[in-house]
Amino acid sequence: MNTTAIDSAASVPPEFLCREEAPPRNGTLLGFWIYLMSDCFIFASLFACNAVLGSNYAGGPTAAEVFDLPGLALNTALLLVSSVTFGFAMLEMARQNKRAMLGWLAVAGLLAAAFVGLEIHEFLGMIAEGAGPGRSAFLSSFFTLVATHGLHVTLGILWLIVLMVQTTKFGLNEANVRRLQCLSMFWHFLDLVWVGVFSYVYLIGVLR
Amino acid sequence: MSVKPLRGLLLLPLALLGGCHLVLLNPAGDVARQQSDIMISTTAIMALIIVPVLIAIGVIAWRYRASNRQARYDATWAHSPQLELLVWAAPLLIIIAIGAISWIGTHMVDPYRPLQRIAPDQPVPAGVKPLEVEVVSLRWKWLFLYPQYGIATVNQLAAPVDRPVKFKLTSDAMMDSFFVPAMAGQIYTMPGMQTILHGVINKPGEYRGFSANYSGSGFTDMRFKFLGMSTADFDKWVARVRAAGGDLDRKTYDQLRVPSRAAPVQYYAHFDTGLYNRILNLCVDPGQMCMSQMMAADAHDGDMHGDAAGNAMSMPHAVLKPAPAQAAAKH
Amino acid sequence: MLEALPHRAAIWNFLFGRLTLDSMPFLKPDLEGRIVLVTFIIVAIGGLAILGAITKARKWGYLWKEWFTSVDHKKLGIMYMILATVMLLRGFADAVMMRSQQAVAFGPHMGYLPPEHYDQIFSAHGAIMIFFVAMTYIVGIMNYVMPLQIGSRDVAFPFLNNLSFWFTFWGAMLFMLSLFLGDFSMAGWLGYPPVSELQQGSGVDYYIWGLQLSGLGTLLTGINFAVTILKLRAPGMTLMKMPVFSWTTLCTSGLIIATFPVLTATLFMLALDRYVGTHFFTTGGGGNVMMYINLIWIWGHPEVYILILPLFGVFSEIVPTFSGKPLFGYSSMVYATVAIMILSYLVWLHHFFTMGSGADVNSFFSLTTMMISIPTGVKIFNWLFTMYRGRIRFTVPMLWTLGFLFTFTIGGMTGVMLSVAPADFLLHNSLFLVAHFHNVIIGGVVFGSFAAVNYWFPKAFGFKLDEFWGKASFWFWQIGFWVAFGPLYILGLMGVTRRLSHFEDPSLQIWFIIAAFGAFLIALGILSFLIQIYVSIVRRKAYAVGHDPWDGRTLEWSTSSPPPDYNFAFIPLVRERDAWTDMKAHGFRRPLDGFNPIHMPKNTATGVVIGVLAFACCFGLIWYIWWLAAASLAGVIAVAIAHTFNYHHDHHIPADEVREFEHAGNWQPETRGVNA
Repeated sequence: MNTTAIDSAASVPPEFLCREEAPPRNGTLLGFWIYLMSDCFIFASLFACNAVLGSNYAGGPTAAEVFDLPGLALNTALLLVSSVTFGFAMLEMARQNKRAMLGWLAVAGLLAAAFVGLEIHEFLGMIAEGAGPGRSAFLSSFFTLVATHGLHVTLGILWLIVLMVQTTKFGLNEANVRRLQCLSMFWHFLDLVWVGVFSYVYLIGVLR
Repeated sequence: MSVKPLRGLLLLPLALLGGCHLVLLNPAGDVARQQSDIMISTTAIMALIIVPVLIAIGVIAWRYRASNRQARYDATWAHSPQLELLVWAAPLLIIIAIGAISWIGTHMVDPYRPLQRIAPDQPVPAGVKPLEVEVVSLRWKWLFLYPQYGIATVNQLAAPVDRPVKFKLTSDAMMDSFFVPAMAGQIYTMPGMQTILHGVINKPGEYRGFSANYSGSGFTDMRFKFLGMSTADFDKWVARVRAAGGDLDRKTYDQLRVPSRAAPVQYYAHFDTGLYNRILNLCVDPGQMCMSQMMAADAHDGDMHGDAAGNAMSMPHAVLKPAPAQAAAKH
Repeated sequence: MLEALPHRAAIWNFLFGRLTLDSMPFLKPDLEGRIVLVTFIIVAIGGLAILGAITKARKWGYLWKEWFTSVDHKKLGIMYMILATVMLLRGFADAVMMRSQQAVAFGPHMGYLPPEHYDQIFSAHGAIMIFFVAMTYIVGIMNYVMPLQIGSRDVAFPFLNNLSFWFTFWGAMLFMLSLFLGDFSMAGWLGYPPVSELQQGSGVDYYIWGLQLSGLGTLLTGINFAVTILKLRAPGMTLMKMPVFSWTTLCTSGLIIATFPVLTATLFMLALDRYVGTHFFTTGGGGNVMMYINLIWIWGHPEVYILILPLFGVFSEIVPTFSGKPLFGYSSMVYATVAIMILSYLVWLHHFFTMGSGADVNSFFSLTTMMISIPTGVKIFNWLFTMYRGRIRFTVPMLWTLGFLFTFTIGGMTGVMLSVAPADFLLHNSLFLVAHFHNVIIGGVVFGSFAAVNYWFPKAFGFKLDEFWGKASFWFWQIGFWVAFGPLYILGLMGVTRRLSHFEDPSLQIWFIIAAFGAFLIALGILSFLIQIYVSIVRRKAYAVGHDPWDGRTLEWSTSSPPPDYNFAFIPLVRERDAWTDMKAHGFRRPLDGFNPIHMPKNTATGVVIGVLAFACCFGLIWYIWWLAAASLAGVIAVAIAHTFNYHHDHHIPADEVREFEHAGNWQPETRGVNA
């Protein structure tokens, strides 16, 4: 709209309405991104608690004693590779290559499931040794932070399965593409959080 | 800066209201008095802007009422750089003024800072050592230990006039706030942590003390009398406590810990040395590992747990160093 | 910790968790039992009467189709307002009990409420007033007004909006249920440990799960509104041409997004401490109480600004409208709002100067707190300069606004007094503090909500609210407020602290009696408000107005009253800040022809179903009925997944239907255009 033309023609009322319907604007990606930012604050709170409580062992086992760093390296690798394979899936989606995309998604899901499996294994081992979440403030904050991340990954896997079913059934329609983009953001976001957990909770935890 | 005329100005209408004693505006202890002065002077500075605004609300609303056709009406006037500068600058200047007062005042009457004076222009006399009182808030009563005198009281606190008092405070289970409005501002008491408060009382008398922070169902009656006394009277009071009292050993303390409402005043001629530190370190009960030991162990990569912890638990009576828990409260 | 009751058969424990007949306090023979019993009877009779009336009028289908399952932001806004008003009655009943207890409990008289009961009442009063009255009012107002004001047809995520409402609703119902089943938290409105850690029974769990549910709803609302404003503004409406109310909505949404997760995390950790024995905030085991207090106020202080910012926006709409002038210093107003939003994150420690943080920390937070009063002061000045050289009409919304200016300015001053850290050592936890925050919350949020209701009611329903009862309500509230809280200021200066259920010093009693009388005046104010609504509905024909009864300045006044489902037949093109004033100045005539089909979201029952299941899940958690909690959580997930299998959430309103409404809708005749 040319506003100067309208202002100069004072006798003709300017146009105040859009006479044509614009296509609906979709805010899902922005909204989901904002949700992730808010989720950041949940993790930030849990990280803050870990920072405050991380060395309150209450006479119980210390970080260095309970953390299994080699197992952790494997776990971290699984999650990072899962993120990469999810990236491949998104590339295939951009090429409209549904089968390949589903294949990569399945790989990403399986890797994430292995990650969760290993994490549960680690938790059960610690609890069996008497280093459960009720033993000390350090362990409370550790279990809560890591399990919250693990819960996110688990929900991500569930979401992934639902989306795989939906794409198989309904194809790569606009809604499914958008949902996959959201899940992709979620997936990489959880990876980033894990980098924080890995370096701050585990590595620095062992050092302090 | 003198706030005396201001105080009078403020007190006069309020006192006329009902002759009530507005202790926060006219306290009897120097620390509370400084805090009160800061409150009054900052309020007066704020009034410089608040009062005109309140008047302006009424004047502008009335003058520009729709029915007043005399008043100028300017349907498009909505911007003026000068006025906007003014509306940002005026509150800013006020805030700079009271901000400076607050900054200085916060450091001057920091509860952790030993007193430099006992009254305006009256430094602490040389050689006078502060009275030390260890305070424990229990459910729902106050325990006061006087390590310099070896005596202890429940729900009654006494101090000589014009002698600085250093309070070390902790709590048994709940979070309370130790508050004698006439003497000094309040400070929280928390289990496993120590806070510190310095105060002084300048006039003899009986003052109210209580917990200012809600801590459960008996909190309402968690009051004590604070007695400001001349040095001679204080010595007599100490003697009276000694004469009346039994022994505050762990058994007696365990009875005191049982939650109760409106507990009577009690005197103890003697208490276990180290009791306060064990309360602070959460190891009054036999078999409990003290927090200070635990933290020392934690700091050494936890080689205390296992055998060493067992040893530690078997010696709860060990005299402990001053609590590291204090650091937790400080930071 | 997770086990139920040791003394009964496992099967009952499995089925009912910790729920027993003893959980119902109205079955107890004591005074508390009788108070609850009477309340229960009143609520039961009232509830049955309403349900019966709906059934008799055969309105269930209508309610279900047009309201409960509606994704229309206007209907959801109205439902929020109704919920808030109902909860106001509940919260106020608590206030009356507190004021009457404190007026009589002196010396040998212990009053009629034992501490255990009194402590629940002040906890419930605070939590309900903040979460389910103040919060719910502002979400309702933002819901109704903001999309209209930015020229949008709905919010960005209409289904999510419906879901948010039901989360809030069921959160409120958990609080209400605690009256009749079990008890409520005794740990104050913020649930401070150690009290919240040590209190046995269901009380604190009601508090936790009620807030988790409603907090989730609020978070989703915040995301929804932020995206709506960022994405769905009418063409031409740049951010700096957006009405100030929408600006404040954006800032409040930003605050919600960044702080409610902290509340969620904090309450989650408190729940873990209570349920599985972790050591976050415990005394032993390395836990740290101070961490809870820090975390809860990192949410809690921004929350105060979440509440007040939208009302600042409301006043920024009302003052220009009734002064007949644009808002003075629009840019200053926007920058002040953003400054308040940012600063509100940096002040939380002023809620516990007395915890022993040391002088440097205290000074820092003292200064940041004071700094907030600068942008707030700017706002007050700008409203004054908007009135200056105006033509002020003293309508009911404007009266509330003037009352706000007067009351809030004083409340602001006492707030700065409290922000001076050395003074706070004396004033902390005192009745002075109680008077202060009621001064800003009643003077700001409550007055603002009533101003907003009176201002936008004609938009929502096509008729004005009764002036006489509106003014009566205003004066009762205004005078009642000062009678109720003036004495609290004085008592505070006398060194009297809060949350006490019994006093010894008889000289204090007169002040509490005056305060109780103030509460009575406020009760008349609330009653007048209800009468105002009732009278107006009865006389709705006589009070009928057109689409622009106040000579408004923003886009919501350009559409019919009430607006059609689609808000605007044609999306407006915005050229100036006060878009509707601009349109009127150019002799705008609305078209009566040339309509397009309009794309709108469809109603859905998913929000209702998820809401009920979430309520059941929380109920199961509160009473340790694990099968119920697990099953309903699984239900929530299943329903959510099923919802995503439906790809057709929308429909088109045919152009003919739009045309029909545009001819029949409620517009004042002067804007009626010609067939284009």
